[in-house]
Amino acid sequence: MRRRFVIGKVLGALSTLVFVVIFNFFLFRVVNDDPINSLFRGRNLTPDQLERLRVKFNLEGTKWEQFVAYVQQLLRGDLGYSLKSSRPVTTVISEALWPTILLVGTSTLIAMVGIVIGYRAGWRRGSTFDATATSMSMLTYSMPEYWIGMVALGVFAASLGWFPVGGLNDAGSTLTGIERMLDQLHHLILPATVLAIAYVGEYMIVARSAMIDTSREDYLQLARAKGLREAEVRKHHAQPNALLPVVSLSAINFGFILSGAIAVESIFSWPGIGQQTAFAISGPDFPMLQGLFLMISAAVILANLAADLLYGYLDPRVAGR
Amino acid sequence: MKRNVSSAWRRLASDKLAMISLFVLIAFIVMAIVTPWVSSREDINPVNTGDNPTWASPSREFLLGTDYLGRSVALQVMWGSRVSLFVGLAATLLTIVIGTLVGITAGFFGGWGDAILMRFTDWFLVIPFLPTAIVLASVLERSIWTIVFVIGITSWPSTARLVRSQVLSVRSRLYVDRARALGAGRAHLIRRHIFPNVLPLIMASTTLAVPISILTETTLSFLGLGDPTEVSWGSILNEARQKGAVTRGAWWYYMPPGVAIVMVVLAFTLFGRALETVLDPRLRER
Amino acid sequence: MTLLEIRDLHVTYRSERGDVPAVRGVNLAVGEGDTLGLAGESGCGKSTIAASVLRLLPKGTDVRGEVLLGGEDVYAMKPGRLRAVRWTGAAVVFQGALHSLNPVKKVGWQIEEAVLLHTKVSGKAARARAQDLLVRVGIPADRLDHYPHQMSGGQRQRVLIALALACDPHVLIADEPTTALDVMVQAQVLALLEELQREKALALLFITHDLSVLTHTCRRLAVMYAGRIVEEGPSELVFTDPQHPYSRALAAAFPTIGDATSRMNPQGLAGDPPDPAALPTGCPFHIRCAVATPECATVDVALRDAGGERRAACVHVGASHVGDGHV
Repeated sequence: MRRRFVIGKVLGALSTLVFVVIFNFFLFRVVNDDPINSLFRGRNLTPDQLERLRVKFNLEGTKWEQFVAYVQQLLRGDLGYSLKSSRPVTTVISEALWPTILLVGTSTLIAMVGIVIGYRAGWRRGSTFDATATSMSMLTYSMPEYWIGMVALGVFAASLGWFPVGGLNDAGSTLTGIERMLDQLHHLILPATVLAIAYVGEYMIVARSAMIDTSREDYLQLARAKGLREAEVRKHHAQPNALLPVVSLSAINFGFILSGAIAVESIFSWPGIGQQTAFAISGPDFPMLQGLFLMISAAVILANLAADLLYGYLDPRVAGR
Repeated sequence: MKRNVSSAWRRLASDKLAMISLFVLIAFIVMAIVTPWVSSREDINPVNTGDNPTWASPSREFLLGTDYLGRSVALQVMWGSRVSLFVGLAATLLTIVIGTLVGITAGFFGGWGDAILMRFTDWFLVIPFLPTAIVLASVLERSIWTIVFVIGITSWPSTARLVRSQVLSVRSRLYVDRARALGAGRAHLIRRHIFPNVLPLIMASTTLAVPISILTETTLSFLGLGDPTEVSWGSILNEARQKGAVTRGAWWYYMPPGVAIVMVVLAFTLFGRALETVLDPRLRER
Repeated sequence: MTLLEIRDLHVTYRSERGDVPAVRGVNLAVGEGDTLGLAGESGCGKSTIAASVLRLLPKGTDVRGEVLLGGEDVYAMKPGRLRAVRWTGAAVVFQGALHSLNPVKKVGWQIEEAVLLHTKVSGKAARARAQDLLVRVGIPADRLDHYPHQMSGGQRQRVLIALALACDPHVLIADEPTTALDVMVQAQVLALLEELQREKALALLFITHDLSVLTHTCRRLAVMYAGRIVEEGPSELVFTDPQHPYSRALAAAFPTIGDATSRMNPQGLAGDPPDPAALPTGCPFHIRCAVATPECATVDVALRDAGGERRAACVHVGASHVGDGHV
């Protein structure tokens, strides 16, 4: 890939990140001029104590001074303190990171099954397989992910008792090693499947229409004329071209799955970023929300960058080769 | 143009799935409009429902059972439809208006303005829109209008992109050049040539944007960011979960709002796709 | 030796709107080292014929008649045999090379794929062969690792020609190979085709709407209209002394270089080619014909002997009727 292409994409991602930081900061300051006052109203604190709290939460000085201080903090890796627990935001986030990675990662892998289904459906457009797959995708796409979670919990956990009703580990669990891992896996299955079901439709529909568009291309006729079997034509000529829109979608879908995790983690009491976000909303715990928003946005920007670069690798027309 | 409309309508009418979807949508809209006539807000005020059995499963008196406060679930779903549909439609309207304005401006005038607007749009496209909506909603006052505003503000980028690319392709068509050569002013060009060609696209993408708005509203309500004084399908589900409806097996409490959401969203999506197919002949083979 | 023979071919596409008869009883034959041009406007069925030779028509298309490659009927072949014969018995040079080549695969790979499919050679040998082919068509060897979009239109067309020759076919079908190219490039590509055809004694079926191109490249010429051949004969004669009113109009539409008067008066032809799904009664051309008789609206005319090796499907041609013969 041409270096110019890569550098361009990286700079683009950075500029978006800068925009997010600015947006993030001013968003919170716009409405809430002095949250300290309103939050600690009934507490009988002296003006001095209030002032110290303001310093602690980076709320003194003019907006511009606050912004500069904020950026300085950011660059030091400091995201402030949670209003609720007074713990550093970075600590809370780092604790919640792994469960979310586990959940979102697993869900994404499962949801990608939709790509394979979509290819088959698109290759044989109009077949029963296609009709069934498309209907199912549209149905699941219309369901709110948290509702799917509730129904799944109701049926599989509450009624049938096959799965635990929540959490990554059972409360007070003393399992270690392999047993602990297996138990966590057991807890993972329901939330990961629920999240995957909510987004598999996207993958399926995009893969299908990518395949339909590709199946019309002239180079497929040439491939057949060469004497290739249908399966070879599909594998070597159609799929590599149909992959491109799917890669673009994956980046966007990552953002959706991550967002969907907020509600799903809430439902399943999954100790991840999503749950923290749900907690922070009922506060509202602004430093927490601010830090989480920054983290989530950064993750999505990164995913988009990765997808852009992957696309440039797969499609020689784009990267200027 | 009139001939186009009637032939398009005829094609749409022959699509059975589209017609069923339309029927479902009209049914829900009617339900939303009619609700204040068949019941009053007081019917679901917990103060007045103390005498009702709580957590009652469906019966002849309460078609969808009651919740933890003895309120009729069926009535809540009916009242909830008003909020969910209104917010969905209003937010979509806002999205479309902003998106169209930005798209036409960027596409038609080009140059610096286009570059800046598109850079702006791209930023917004990348930022995950639910977290943004959450952040906005938590910072502002909790009300229906906040939700409408928040959804509209976060969803316009994709419409803007769509409109802009359509404007660009129309602008490059020969007849626009000819009209310009004849001395047509910009406003005239936009009104007579660009807009009518962009309109079908806008209509189709509107119908497809509504389901997203509705789903977002229910999610925001579910997370507690909705208007606390209003009942919406998302808020019903939130309460249901918090009061343990799932573990109690009170399916009549959490199934109906969800099913309602699915029906409305699915109907809008199917109808929107059918509309898209009818208005854009290239998509007809899907 | 007749390498490609088409006997009484009828091709009907099935569509939602009904059946579309694209080819209605075509006979032609091309022998080793022989060149046959097939001319006509869009919709006359010539591209359908190109696709039909290697059975590349969409599923469900109704095909009747025989297409014989080296004596074997393509439509009676089992799938395995068909795949073996494709590209080795006959190959096609398609038009619009940008769309005919896979955009995400290197040009060399696309040629190697054909070689490796039909011959048992190593990857290195296949690569060497691809290189030789590219050089033979006038493309520098280093372009092997280039992608289609990195080449010019003319170069891409040459790649298609190189690709077509990859498995040493006996029959070459060129379907509008120069249509999308600039005139200068057109001339180069045509020269290349002629050279290769002579060198390898290929049976060439050259399909185009551009009559003037055919007179030079092909020994014989057939003119198609509404799914049928309406005139055939030695190309020079058909062009300078057309017997069928349609061929006359087609030839007159192309100004003759050197003849100032023809340049000033290109004769167009009123009307449009008929919709294959809704053909006129009788002779399909009678509506646009300058010399139509009342008979023409009711009687469909078959090809008639017009002297020499020539035949034309018109009431005004010769008195005797010729049955199903071959050129």
